[in-house]
Amino acid sequence: MSSDKLLSVENLAVEFDTYGGTVQAVRDVSFAVDAGETLAVVGESGCGKSVTVQSVMGLIPMPPGRITSGTAKLRGRNILGNPIVGGEDIRGAEIGMIFQDPMTSLNPTMNIGDQIAETLEVHRGFTAKQAFNRAVELLEMVRIPEAAKRAKQYPFEFSGGMLQRAMIATAIACEPAVLIADEPTTALDVTIQAQILDLMNDLKRDTNMAIILITHDLGVVARMADEVAVMYAGQIVEKGAVDDVFYRSAHPYTLGLRAAMPVNDREAEHRLTPIDGSPPDLFHPPKGCGYCARCPAAMKVCNDVVPPEFAMSDTTDHFSRCFLQHPESSAVRLDGLYRKEVSA
Amino acid sequence: MTPLVSIEHLVKYFDIGRDQRVHAVDDVSLTIYEGEIVGLVGESGSGKSTLGKTILGLHDKTSGTVKYGDEALPQHYRAADFQKYAARMQMIFQDPYSSLNPRMTVAEIIGEGLRLHSNANSTEIRERVAEWLRRVGLQPDHMSRYPHEFSGGQRQRIGIARALILEPEFVVCDEPISALDVSVQAQVVNLLDSIKKELGLTLLFIAHDLSMVRYVSDRMAVMYLGSLVEVGPANPVFFEPAHPYTQILTSSNPEPDPESERHRASTSITGEIPSPVNIPAGCRFADRCPKVMPQCRQETPKLKPLNGDADRQVACFLYD
Ligand SMILES: Nc1ncnc2c1ncn2[C@@H]1O[C@H](COP(=O)(O)OP(=O)(O)OP(=O)(O)O)[C@@H](O)[C@H]1O
Ligand SMILES: Nc1ncnc2c1ncn2[C@@H]1O[C@H](COP(=O)(O)OP(=O)(O)OP(=O)(O)O)[C@@H](O)[C@H]1O
Ligand SMILES: [Mg+2]
Ligand SMILES: [Mg+2]
Repeated sequence: MSSDKLLSVENLAVEFDTYGGTVQAVRDVSFAVDAGETLAVVGESGCGKSVTVQSVMGLIPMPPGRITSGTAKLRGRNILGNPIVGGEDIRGAEIGMIFQDPMTSLNPTMNIGDQIAETLEVHRGFTAKQAFNRAVELLEMVRIPEAAKRAKQYPFEFSGGMLQRAMIATAIACEPAVLIADEPTTALDVTIQAQILDLMNDLKRDTNMAIILITHDLGVVARMADEVAVMYAGQIVEKGAVDDVFYRSAHPYTLGLRAAMPVNDREAEHRLTPIDGSPPDLFHPPKGCGYCARCPAAMKVCNDVVPPEFAMSDTTDHFSRCFLQHPESSAVRLDGLYRKEVSA
Repeated sequence: MTPLVSIEHLVKYFDIGRDQRVHAVDDVSLTIYEGEIVGLVGESGSGKSTLGKTILGLHDKTSGTVKYGDEALPQHYRAADFQKYAARMQMIFQDPYSSLNPRMTVAEIIGEGLRLHSNANSTEIRERVAEWLRRVGLQPDHMSRYPHEFSGGQRQRIGIARALILEPEFVVCDEPISALDVSVQAQVVNLLDSIKKELGLTLLFIAHDLSMVRYVSDRMAVMYLGSLVEVGPANPVFFEPAHPYTQILTSSNPEPDPESERHRASTSITGEIPSPVNIPAGCRFADRCPKVMPQCRQETPKLKPLNGDADRQVACFLYD
């Protein structure tokens, strides 16, 4: 169904061997993105967001990591575990990636312009001079002031927001078909965040690239996403168009996240509703639904059986992995699950 | 309303050698009233943590005064001063990972204040620690564990218990939730809220997240490059910001609502926050301000009541 999309990941499972045992970091994850589309992946810390995209990029350290199943197809071709296609490394050329912490992925001993130029020399066969000139243009494109001068500076001479923009310039240098952005703005102020998000949207519009955006900020999701995948304990528990996931949330975890956030409404005096408890131990993932232990609507079956994807309608691809959506399930009203208490 | 902490013309510079100084806090005046929560927002590096620490004497004041009730707090704290004020004023630190000593058990961390600043004996201390562990939603049998055995949210609770066990009157909460997941943020905010009500605390709540600050605070103060640019009741400051910088902050704040995000105009601010070493003359925001006027580059605007409303203050020549 999704294999004709630009990038499709199917049945991905990833484990890590650690002293404490085997961590099942990603358990059967499938998603796809098309050109010109932004997929946001949300979920709390440790749920497997980074590991998912690192697998696609061939960045999982093995050992301790191990991809135990799955495919990742770019234009129909499996790239999982073999990022070299037709003699070319698709990383950087076809798929660009922005990391959460720019300092870890930029080389502190090389000036910014040369770092961007390097990918162009490697992937596009530019001469050193052509590549550096293009690097300056790219820095202008991501709105670094005085780009020609800045290109000769080193990472430590850049502010956090400028580094993040320089990393975007590196990631898009070869005009990749897919841009993967792992928490690109988490460490930044809201004002700089707005700049970076606008920039990503402009680039998407101008080059029709696909974006996979990892974040745990639902505000960023609302601003950027066409499609949303909500991850919990290594699985996608709900996925669909952004409006479906926000306005017709179909998984208790999605509702829980929304109820935990303040609403910007001066009239509504509510109390935040936290999600009690903490995510399950991925050394021993629960037999049934990962969210079961924290779910206010858990049923007996949830404990023992992993819920399949229940389609929410015939016309969309909105699904929820929750037995409440089973056609025979007694109708529990999801919208009352985390009612925001009205305070006196 | 009774003033509890009165900050007047507070200045904190850091000398960084070669005759250079960081103007981290530059002439800040703010009164915090008994029982209220004042939210402090502003970009990274604007001086929020420095202001909080200087109020509590964790940094020496370069100049200016801080009064606690009617009593002027010392310019430079000595050991005896910390002894004297620790039970009344406390801080919850920004980073739940680095602010807890990894070699101390939870009992030692939380009980330290009592050991240093009270004459409780060790049995009493253990009892109080157990009580506070319960109060912040942890278990008394967590006492002998070490910080690395806890999640970020749990560590933040340990930090809260450590600050509150002395039952202070005034607490600076420096980004108590920034490092936490959304679901845990709500736990910590609700916890602070209920303890505040129980103990009648007064809080200075520092955070990046504007929606959360509006939700938590009675009043909001907006800081830019060491100065306050706007102060007022939280709702008006958030919904009808007056200062161009506050306007940019609130319009950059993405809301978890796809429909309203689709209609949001792109409001990207240009430029970067200037270095606090080379403070520009005039208004500090002038170089990035979409409404800049010639006057702004010559004179420094002072915080003044907006439209004669003493509760609402803004430092901007647009409102002169
Ligand atoms: N190299 C590794 N060795 C062992 N375990 C790992 C490794 N990388 C990731 N993990 C584990 O895999 C799980 C998923 O981690 P991942 O980094 O994908 O989380 P995340 O959703 O990106 O979280 P965050 O929001 O904190 O970035 C976690 O339990 C993590 O501890
Ligand atoms: N001990 C110090 N020595 C020198 N400069 C300092 C010191 N502490 C803070 N500064 C500088 O003072 C300014 C204000 O820093 P501060 O940590 O108060 O900002 P902040 O608003 O809390 O930022 P953040 O949101 O990143 O926590 C910054 O320029 C910072 O680099
Ligand atoms: Mg991650
Ligand atoms: Mg700070």
